[in-house]
Amino acid sequence: MGAFVRPIAGLMSLLSITALQKSFRSPEGERKTIVDVPAFTLAAGQQLALRGESGSGKTTFLHLIAGILAADSGSIHIDGRDMAALGESGRDRLRAESIGYIFQTFNLLQGYSVLENVMLGMAFGAGSDQTRAAAMLDRVGLSHRLKHYPRQLSTGQQQRVAVARALANHPKLVLADEPTGNLDHKNARESLALIRETCRENGAALLLVSHDPGVLASFEAVQDFSALNRADQEAAR
Amino acid sequence: MKTIGLIILRSLRQHLLSTTITALSIALAGGLLMSVWVVKVQSQTTFTQVNTGFDAVLGARGSKLQLVLNAIFHLEASPGNLAYSDYEFIRRHPAVKLAIPIAVGDNLRGYRIVGTGPELFSDVEYVPGRKFTLATGTLFNPAAKEAVLGDFVARKLGLHAGDTFHPFHGLIYDEKNQHAESYLVTGILAPSNTPADKVIWIPLHGLQTMAGHDPRAATDVSAVLIQLRSPTAGFMLDMMYNKQGNRLTFAYPIGAIMAELFNKIGWFDQVLTLISYLVALVSAGGVLVAIYNSMAARRRDIAILRALGARRRTIFSAIVLEAAAIGLLGMIAAFAAYAVILTGVATVIRNQTGVLLNTWAYNPVMLWAPLGMIALCALGGLLPAWKAYRTDIAGNLAPVS
Ligand SMILES: Nc1ncnc2c1ncn2[C@@H]1O[C@H](COP(=O)(O)OP(=O)(O)OP(=O)(O)O)[C@@H](O)[C@H]1O
Ligand SMILES: [Mg+2]
Repeated sequence: MGAFVRPIAGLMSLLSITALQKSFRSPEGERKTIVDVPAFTLAAGQQLALRGESGSGKTTFLHLIAGILAADSGSIHIDGRDMAALGESGRDRLRAESIGYIFQTFNLLQGYSVLENVMLGMAFGAGSDQTRAAAMLDRVGLSHRLKHYPRQLSTGQQQRVAVARALANHPKLVLADEPTGNLDHKNARESLALIRETCRENGAALLLVSHDPGVLASFEAVQDFSALNRADQEAAR
Repeated sequence: MKTIGLIILRSLRQHLLSTTITALSIALAGGLLMSVWVVKVQSQTTFTQVNTGFDAVLGARGSKLQLVLNAIFHLEASPGNLAYSDYEFIRRHPAVKLAIPIAVGDNLRGYRIVGTGPELFSDVEYVPGRKFTLATGTLFNPAAKEAVLGDFVARKLGLHAGDTFHPFHGLIYDEKNQHAESYLVTGILAPSNTPADKVIWIPLHGLQTMAGHDPRAATDVSAVLIQLRSPTAGFMLDMMYNKQGNRLTFAYPIGAIMAELFNKIGWFDQVLTLISYLVALVSAGGVLVAIYNSMAARRRDIAILRALGARRRTIFSAIVLEAAAIGLLGMIAAFAAYAVILTGVATVIRNQTGVLLNTWAYNPVMLWAPLGMIALCALGGLLPAWKAYRTDIAGNLAPVS
């Protein structure tokens, strides 16, 4: 593991967040701050789990890091580039090139084959590479399912496609949002192990959020999201 | 680009039913547009060029158009007869190269029997360089009760050389009005794709003296088909017959008289053209509605693609190009619709006039209609594409919580 942690002086970390804020307008019309993270860092190749209650803003936090949502203020440095300072298409590009995202509901494209799903994970970054896509699917044990469609796969197999897709493009950072939330106990354990191993093999850092004690227990490094997020602390009070 | 292609293809497949239906409506609209256009242009050029080798027609006082339709196209009623002396006079006129009399007034099951002289078959080039030829048999003997049939009418009536028939009186078929005379078919003409194909040709004398015809008019002719020595001769005769005289009508030039007909019915194909433009517009609107209505179902896919790093403009282009692709598919099918419509129209025109339209002659509409339709569809794609462009990623990524 140590091989992937490159200690660079000053900008040592792969992901470095400062004074990140995001608020939403509630249905009643008042602004509500959901994310208020003064500082957060993740080293290259590091694997970290964030523990947080439902509604505490974990998904919002990951969406901000991925550039799916625009931050209100603050900075999100990923591999030297500030996601929070980029415009919409700049964020799309940085996400396509540097980030792999694993969703709780997998979010596979139903109209595309398994292989095409994985290739689309690469298409908007460095470009599709069928050999690489097939190799990733082989790695997650689906080499015989390339031409299948997501609905023809079991839930556990679908999540493995999602894992292959997130890692196909050699991302430096993988974000996983309750990746095992829809899986049964056995599948969840296997899937989690697969995510962690493949991230390690591909040199990607992993930031995972969950409120499942079973998942959190398997991580060496676990942080409380409520300790990180000042908005959450206020809400809790 | 390869990725956009894949996205479009998969999207077309995912919405196969609406893709097919909208493409079919485009096909119908495009086929209609091209057909209306081609029929308009083709019939105009064809009918103003068809003169079966003559420059002018001389007939009874009346409408020039009626004279031309009756004598050249074998349509409409005859405006009346002229005396044999009138025929003799024009035949001898120094400005006239060739004058062939015709007489009408009988039919065989609705197909016209026209009396004429053998010169029509020996001396006249119905298009430059081509004379009527016999496919089978021989020409009628001008003194006998014999007939030569146009190719079309021979096939329609199933008559062959050696068969006989009894003519019916009048231009309109009425089974009670059968003549007693029996005519022998001596030959069938090779197809000329002119009105001559649907005519039963018999000797002039035969028609004039058919039992039951007014014996006082037995030497009258219905019209004289004329070849002139020069165009100026035409204007001179026009002056003589139409301005100075008041007994006869000299129809010249035939092409201009037919063009007048098309001017008269011009409003009709303007209406048709307008309708086909509207149908095209509506079907392009159909593409808009089809894609727009499926936006709810597409939103999740769009959000996923965006989450994978697809740019807004990529999604936008994919939708616009998908709309254009539906237009393209539709326009490919439109050529099939065009073929069906035009074959039908050409058959009707051939049945009615004997004239064959050149269905697949190149017409610029075959280029601009597909391009225009595809552009219109792409235009229709702009609105849903804009909606796709604005799709919120976070809000559409799966049912959260
Ligand atoms: N677009 C939005 N508009 C308004 N409020 C929002 C919006 N998105 C999220 N929120 C609110 O922000 C809060 C945090 O949502 P988020 O999805 O980040 O929570 P979470 O920690 O991921 O919860 P869970 O564990 O249930 O997934 C919730 O109270 C939610 O209602
Ligand atoms: Mg969440």
